[in-house]
Amino acid sequence: MKIIVAGDGKLGLTLTRQLALEGHDLTLIDANAKVLESIQERYDVMVIQGNCATMDVLQHAGIKETDLLIAMTGADEINLLCCMTAHGINPAIHTIARVRNPEYTEQIYKMRDMFGLSMAVNPERQAAVEIGRLLKYPGFLKRDTFAKGRVEIVELRLDEKSKLCNVALNDMYSIVRCKILVCTVLRNGAAVAPDGNFILREGDRIFVTAPSNELTKLLRGLGIITHKAKRVLVCGGGRVSFYLAKQLEKSGIAVQIIEQDPERCTMLAGLLPHTDIFQGDASSEFQLEQGGISDCDALVTLTGIDELNMIISLYGSSCGVSQVITKLGRMNSNNILDKLSLGSIISPRELCCNTIVRYVRAMQNQTGAARTVYSIADGQAEAMEFLVDEHTLHCGEPLKQLKIKKNVLVACITTGSRQQIPNGDSFFCEGDSVIIVTNGDRVIYQLNDIFE
Amino acid sequence: MNYKMMGRFIGQILLVQCIFMVPALVMSLCMKEESSVRSFLITIALLGILGLGLRRLGRSAKNRFYARDGLICVGVSWIIMSVLGCLPFYLSGAIPSYIDALFEMVSGFTTTGASVLEDVEALPYGILYWRSFSHWLGGMGVLVFLLAMPIAGEGGSGFTMHLLRAESSGPNVGKLVPRMKSTAQILYILYIVLTVLNVIFLLAGGMPVFDAVCTALGTAGTGGFGIKADSMAGYGPYIQNVCTVFMLLFGVNFSCYYLLLLRQVKSVLKDEELRLYLGIVAGSILLIVWNLRGFYDTLEETVRHAAFQVASIITTTGYATTDYDLWPGFSKGILLFLMIIGACAGSTSGGFKCGRALLIVKNMLRSVRQIIQPQKVQVVRLNGQRVDEKVLANANTFLAAYVVIFIASFLLVSLDGFSMMTNFSAVLACFNNIGPGFETVGPACNFGAFSVLSKLVLIMDMLAGRLEIFPILILFSRTAWRRK
Repeated sequence: MKIIVAGDGKLGLTLTRQLALEGHDLTLIDANAKVLESIQERYDVMVIQGNCATMDVLQHAGIKETDLLIAMTGADEINLLCCMTAHGINPAIHTIARVRNPEYTEQIYKMRDMFGLSMAVNPERQAAVEIGRLLKYPGFLKRDTFAKGRVEIVELRLDEKSKLCNVALNDMYSIVRCKILVCTVLRNGAAVAPDGNFILREGDRIFVTAPSNELTKLLRGLGIITHKAKRVLVCGGGRVSFYLAKQLEKSGIAVQIIEQDPERCTMLAGLLPHTDIFQGDASSEFQLEQGGISDCDALVTLTGIDELNMIISLYGSSCGVSQVITKLGRMNSNNILDKLSLGSIISPRELCCNTIVRYVRAMQNQTGAARTVYSIADGQAEAMEFLVDEHTLHCGEPLKQLKIKKNVLVACITTGSRQQIPNGDSFFCEGDSVIIVTNGDRVIYQLNDIFE
Repeated sequence: MNYKMMGRFIGQILLVQCIFMVPALVMSLCMKEESSVRSFLITIALLGILGLGLRRLGRSAKNRFYARDGLICVGVSWIIMSVLGCLPFYLSGAIPSYIDALFEMVSGFTTTGASVLEDVEALPYGILYWRSFSHWLGGMGVLVFLLAMPIAGEGGSGFTMHLLRAESSGPNVGKLVPRMKSTAQILYILYIVLTVLNVIFLLAGGMPVFDAVCTALGTAGTGGFGIKADSMAGYGPYIQNVCTVFMLLFGVNFSCYYLLLLRQVKSVLKDEELRLYLGIVAGSILLIVWNLRGFYDTLEETVRHAAFQVASIITTTGYATTDYDLWPGFSKGILLFLMIIGACAGSTSGGFKCGRALLIVKNMLRSVRQIIQPQKVQVVRLNGQRVDEKVLANANTFLAAYVVIFIASFLLVSLDGFSMMTNFSAVLACFNNIGPGFETVGPACNFGAFSVLSKLVLIMDMLAGRLEIFPILILFSRTAWRRK
């Protein structure tokens, strides 16, 4: 597919990497020639320097033959203008714009129709929603939902006290007392596709498929005491904090925000009537103590500086805060970060990138495209949900008789409202939804791709 | 330094060469030329074994590849390609000395067309074909061919850009379309279509099939190996004129043809480099015709020879219809100027390139204006667009490197004791991938008389000229080989 990406910041770059890997024809537009040059050295793309909202530049980039325009510059207005202009020149084009200003978010649905936008993404808001979901189930590092919220893939880290250490996967049921499936294990930074004899070790991060209504049971089985967070301390008063506080206010959770900029504080105080705003430096211990770090249930670090977020989170962990969530904008969650007790790591950039990649894949493959795609295990594995339709091969045949590609796992089959963690005798029928987990670089575009 | 990746690449290149040598083998078989059949068989086997072996070794290579690796890869692969590609010449006994065979092969791959052979017509057909085909393969570049293949450049990585930059000519190499593979495919499709058209036009003039194919291959790569001792002089006016036109066509930037296919005629017509190129061609022909009045019998003959020689020299092809060494001084002076400047960037021709010359002259004029008005901010424009300072600096660096290498080669070649014009034009003819020079290396003569040292120097010059100096130059730099 021919795709234009306008604006190559952090998000643009992540998208470029992912989309180039999937073999699309990419053209990048940015005002900064230096950025473009370094990107061209790294990826097989064409680059154009200029203002992406001008007709001239868009024409030059071949907008008429392009299938999709993704506007990711720093300014919402430019993104919108860019999409409008493109839509004017080529009415058949799909457009995705990043719109992050809270003032526009309210009206985004109306704007979508007016400006011919196919999709508007708001990474900060998405991150806030994600954090809100994590706060509901402390104990999981990450939650990805499938089948309209009925099935989830959750991430757990096995610390020294965990009951699962030195347990083979076959014996897990006797401990957790509920039907779950470990689809990927991240050990020493590498994703492993485990089989029944795989023995879990301390420090592993495991990705577990489980029906949503079994999550509480799972946590209880593991001996993790959960109580929903009642007091949340948020460091940094940026856009994510705003969206998060607004969302938490609604569910009656007490939120405290520490923000350095007095003007921003005043603004937030005006917008968030039930939230306590403290003006001060979130990196100072005194300020954190004053914010009540010792008796809050969850600490969320959302300042604009990754390093600061990490330090505050480490401090929070050492103070014994039961749930810590760290936002990282620039850094990828990698091996080094794995060793630190940063709790859940949230990357607005990657969340947003996942959303767009999902859209692109759906566009490319109108029928049979994945309904949901999540990248798990630090991007080393992918979990996808497919609907079984009349074109799907091998319906009704037991899984053990099928030749399924290496490193591909059928993680869950949902029939109506019944979820089933599959074994060798399970099968899927038309109308079911199936969750597939793949390890490695292989891209699965439709369900039939999993068969040899 | 990613040696495994390099091994894989060079292995693939050798396999490509191996496959392309098969038609030459078939031709030798048909003509029942025993010695060349044997030599081709040995070479093909050797290339196949080495290629597969290297590819096997590089199987586990990581895809980490940077500018340095790309440049070194290009330089090394061209040298290895030539060292192995000349084996048929040597083993079949067609060229008894290995250095001579290597010179001939490098001259082929770099599309120079300078020969060491006394009597070309005595060569077996298979060998003649391989000689001409090497021009075609070297013209667009074997790495670009590899990039067009489905095997290479997977995974959306950008390192292939370094390979394209290293092998394509010109100051500012860019892609035509977002994907490198598609770019390479477009380039080769244009190249093949133009070559086939050339063959058809030559056949229409009653040229024998073998001659037509070899001539077209030599024209396409702007190489210039003739298959006759008198180059193109023995053919009729129609064939000579067809050659003139096609030589000029292959001297045009290939992206112009792509734009024409996209119906962007206006931007092609406005292209400053193309205008300069055509202007120089037209001006040179007129001046030479005026200078040659009374030299030939009719005006038609004068124009035909002038146009042919101008096209042949500016595109650095090196075919000849007449011994221009006998022409008056002014005409020879113009030809010398054309030898230096070369045709358009992004074509198969060698030399300095019109585009680069344009940039350097514009930059120079800017410097002059800058002296008069030091406060005024001035930028260099090409086709209405501002040219990046880095591109200008690169063009100037290229000029400096060009002059330094030229002088060094000239001094080394001078040791042989030929006349100054011979030495000067020999280095020029090799460095700019033209082929014939003046006097002892003129169109009616060859390079056989030079010593082994001179031939080695000229071989390096040809390679440096074809790859635009830096991929060869960095092979001599210690930092390039140092492990990180």
